[in-house]
Formats: sequence, C-alpha cells, structure tokens
Amino acid sequence: MSTVPGPAPFRFSLRHEAITFGGVVERNWYLIKRYFWWELAFFVWSLANTLTIVFIAKGIKAAGGHIDVNRATTTLLIGAVIWSFLGLVFEFMTETVAWERWEGTIEYTFMAPLRRPVHLFGVGIFAVLYGVFRSAVLFVVVAAMFGLHMPNANFLAAAVVLAIASISFMGVGTMTSVLPLISPEKGAQLGFIAQGTLLVISGVYYPVSVLPVWMRWLSTISPATYTLRGIRHAILDGSPLTSLWGDIWPLIIIGIVAFPLGVWIFRRGEIYAKKHGKLKRSG
Amino acid sequence: MIAVEVHNLRKEFFRRDAQRSGLRRRRRRVPALEGVSFVVERGECVAILGQNGSGKSTLVRLLSTLLLNDGGGAYIFGHDVFKEQRTVQRLVNRVSVEASFFKKMSSEENLAYAARFYGLSPRDTKRKIPEILGRVGFPTDRRHEGMEHLSRGMQQKVALARALLTAPVVLLLDEPTTGLDPRSKLEVQEFIREVRATHDATILLCTHDLNEAEVLADRVGILDRGQLIALAPPDGLKELYEVETLEQAFFAATGRTFEQEDEDVERGVFA
Repeated sequence: MSTVPGPAPFRFSLRHEAITFGGVVERNWYLIKRYFWWELAFFVWSLANTLTIVFIAKGIKAAGGHIDVNRATTTLLIGAVIWSFLGLVFEFMTETVAWERWEGTIEYTFMAPLRRPVHLFGVGIFAVLYGVFRSAVLFVVVAAMFGLHMPNANFLAAAVVLAIASISFMGVGTMTSVLPLISPEKGAQLGFIAQGTLLVISGVYYPVSVLPVWMRWLSTISPATYTLRGIRHAILDGSPLTSLWGDIWPLIIIGIVAFPLGVWIFRRGEIYAKKHGKLKRSG
Repeated sequence: MIAVEVHNLRKEFFRRDAQRSGLRRRRRRVPALEGVSFVVERGECVAILGQNGSGKSTLVRLLSTLLLNDGGGAYIFGHDVFKEQRTVQRLVNRVSVEASFFKKMSSEENLAYAARFYGLSPRDTKRKIPEILGRVGFPTDRRHEGMEHLSRGMQQKVALARALLTAPVVLLLDEPTTGLDPRSKLEVQEFIREVRATHDATILLCTHDLNEAEVLADRVGILDRGQLIALAPPDGLKELYEVETLEQAFFAATGRTFEQEDEDVERGVFA
C-alpha cells in the first residue's frame, strides 16, 4: 500500500470521551421519555410481580405458621426489589445491541469512533440510575401498602451497598449484552437466564444456607449474594457501613474484575460478529 | 492523492447446507468478495454497479469497519481499515438503503445522538442540526417530530444530514436512492452533487441504478459475483465493450442483463 498524507489521525481526548458518554446517556433518556406509557405499564407489572412475592409472608401466617410478618415481608420485599433492579439493569445492557439491531441503528453506532468501554459504561450508568429510581419508588409504594415498619433502617448504608454492587452488575450485564451480538435471534432471551440463575444462587427470597453445597459455593462468586445480605442487614437491623464491610469488600473485588472482564468478552463478541457478518440490522 | 485504496480484498461467509452430514449440517464457504482491487482519488466519485448479491454492500460494510476481511487490505488515506479502525471511523460515514433511525425519537434527537459519537457537543449540534437539515431540503420546523411520522424520502434526507453532520472525508453511499419516489430521488442526487462541489469529500457510490451511476460518477465499476471486472469512466466502459449504453456494457461484461437477479441465492443472503 502507499502511505499518503491525509486528514490528521484521530487522537484520544477526554472531552471527546465525555461527549460520547453523554450521548449514550442522553439517548436512553430520550427513549424513556418517548416510551413513557410503556415504562408506566412495566412498572405496574413489576408492582404486581412484587406483590405476588410479598403476600407470601401473610399467607404463611394465615395458614397457621408462626413468623414475624413485618420482618418476613420486608425480607421478601428487598429480594423482589433487587430482582426488579437487576432485571432493569440487565435489560438495558442487553438492549445495547438488541434494541439497536431492531431499530436498524446498530451499524451506525458500531461504525462510529466510540470506545466500547465508554459506550457500555454509559449504558450501564443510565441503567443503574434509572433502576435505582424505579426500585426506590417500588419499595416505597409496596412498603406503604403493607404499612411496613422499619424503625432501625439505615437507608444510607443500603444505598452505598447498592452503589458499589452496581459496578459488578454492570459487568455481568455487559457479559450478557454480548449474547444478542452472537445470536441475533435468541441472544436477548439468554439475558433473562443469567438474571434468574444469579438470583437463585444468591438467596433472593431465602438465606443462602438453605441451598445445596454446590450452589452455596457458586453463591460466593455472585455479587447479588453480598448485595442482598448487606441491604437486608442495613434495612432490617440498621447495620452501619462498618459492620457491612464483610459484604462490601467482596463487591469491590468482583466489581474490579467484572466490568473489565465484561468489556473484554464484549470485544471478543464484536470481533466474532464482524468476522461472521452478524453486525447488521434485523430484517 | 489516494483517498481509498483496496488491494486484493477478500471476504467470505459460512453457510449451512440444507443437506445433513450425520447429525450436523455441513458448512460451506460462500465468497462475497474475491480479490477486489481499486483506488479512488481524493475528491473523486466512483460508482460500483452490481446486481443484488454481487458484493456491493459487503464492500461498503468492510470499508466502514463493520466487517473484518479474510484477505487483502483496504486503506483510507493510508490508514489500515482493519487495524486502525477508530481513525478510519472518524474519516468515513455512510448512507445506506435503509435510513435506520430510532423511530420514536425525532430527527433532531437522532442526529444529536449520532453526532455525539463524533465529538459534537450539545452546543455544536443545537446550531448545526437546523442548518444542515435546511441544506438537505428538510423542513426544519418538523425536526421535533418522531421519525415514524416522516415519509421515506424525508427519512433519507435526515440520513444524508446525519452523514454530513460529522464532516466525513470519505462518504460511502450504499443505494441511497433505492425505493425513493422520482422527486425525492432527484433531490438526493442533486444534494450529492452539491456535497461534491462544496465539501472536500470523496464518494464511493454503490448502486444498481445505471442512470444514477452515469450522471454522478467520474468512474464506474462493475462488480459481478464478488469480482470487480471493470472500472473506467462511463464513456470508457462503453468504448471498451463497443456499446452505446451502460446497460449494454454491463451485459457485455457479465453476460447477463442488469435486471436479472443473481441466481445464486446463497450469495444474495450475505452480499
């Protein structure tokens, strides 16, 4: 080939990265606004889903069981809200590819000078912020409906645990978001399998101690295990952050590993898609 | 100065056979591009003619970094398309047959989203979007309407605006007027001429519209079954095959009429 003088090569600039990051967040905000009524419908679905779980505590009492209904209901509510939060984060991350493929914009996004970590981090941050907002509303609405008492709750500590855990969830979400890149037809649905599996082994509605040994071993590498346990301690027992350190440090380590690993897996998937011609619109 | 250099470029895809070998379906290689070589000078407009499945879209997708090659090379202003992807992405933009937008979002929101990836800040786009929409003949007072409410021709004008907003030095046009009504088609073609006249843009136009190729391009190439079998100015092609029209030249070069679809359905799937 001949080397010829041409336009200046593109160079890294922090300003450029900040603008592209803002662009990803901004796009998701536009879409939430445009699909507002659908968002409301999905919130009602999340609410109904949460209620089916949370009523279990009252059901056990009505069937003659001896439990502290207030504590059991709050325990179940935390599990259901984290399930909803994780579902939303994974949905946004998976739709990084699936939605763009459906709309047909995938080729334009992937041919733009957009760094993949910035792209995925932008999607993840928006998903976490929106997920925190929606989950908080869900928690408040259900807690008010059941008249739950949480006199000792340390919500600040719970929020810190969730914030630290979010990096890990974004990492796992990034790993699942590669699935629609490899399998355009069924990849998005595989994200739900990852979400369900993660929560089953993490004690979403029960203590991890009731799980079989092999599942307990798996629960030690799941960020949801530490998130659920930490948030429950903070809200039910009012534990301060210092007491939650045993759940926080594993989340920090998993977060440090999970997001870069997720980006690396996504990049492998992108190379595979470019080799096999899968980086294109549906239909 | 060479803007685009393509050297012995090859791309193939795997396709599962309908017939099974044991429990598994056999896979076979289907070539989409076979040793394609050409150069485009800075500021030049080159049209690539070919039927559906000839490899036109594969060529455009390779040059826009959406595919990885299986052999050969491609360079944009000397930058390796497959090794210096980010630099190439900054230099290239593309308009394809499908306008491809977030349908619920407005044209302004779609353009702003695309522009951010090229480093245009909200302040930049607030000024530039109405300006560029006006230039492509889009009624700027409709820029807040959802894309789903716009006609196909209007959407294609927004697609042109999206490509130009990022000031690309190489513009890849993949059947930009296919499916447009005659008036919209003429407007888009007129705009492509204007871009050439006013911007420092090099254009690679892939089309199966013979007239479009003749009126817009300096040189016309014939891509047939993944092979570039001719590349010359329109009159040069006619002279080469001793015919009077481009259609006749295409027939002489490929042995088939331009309207005939490529019989190899497998190729059509990928290319």
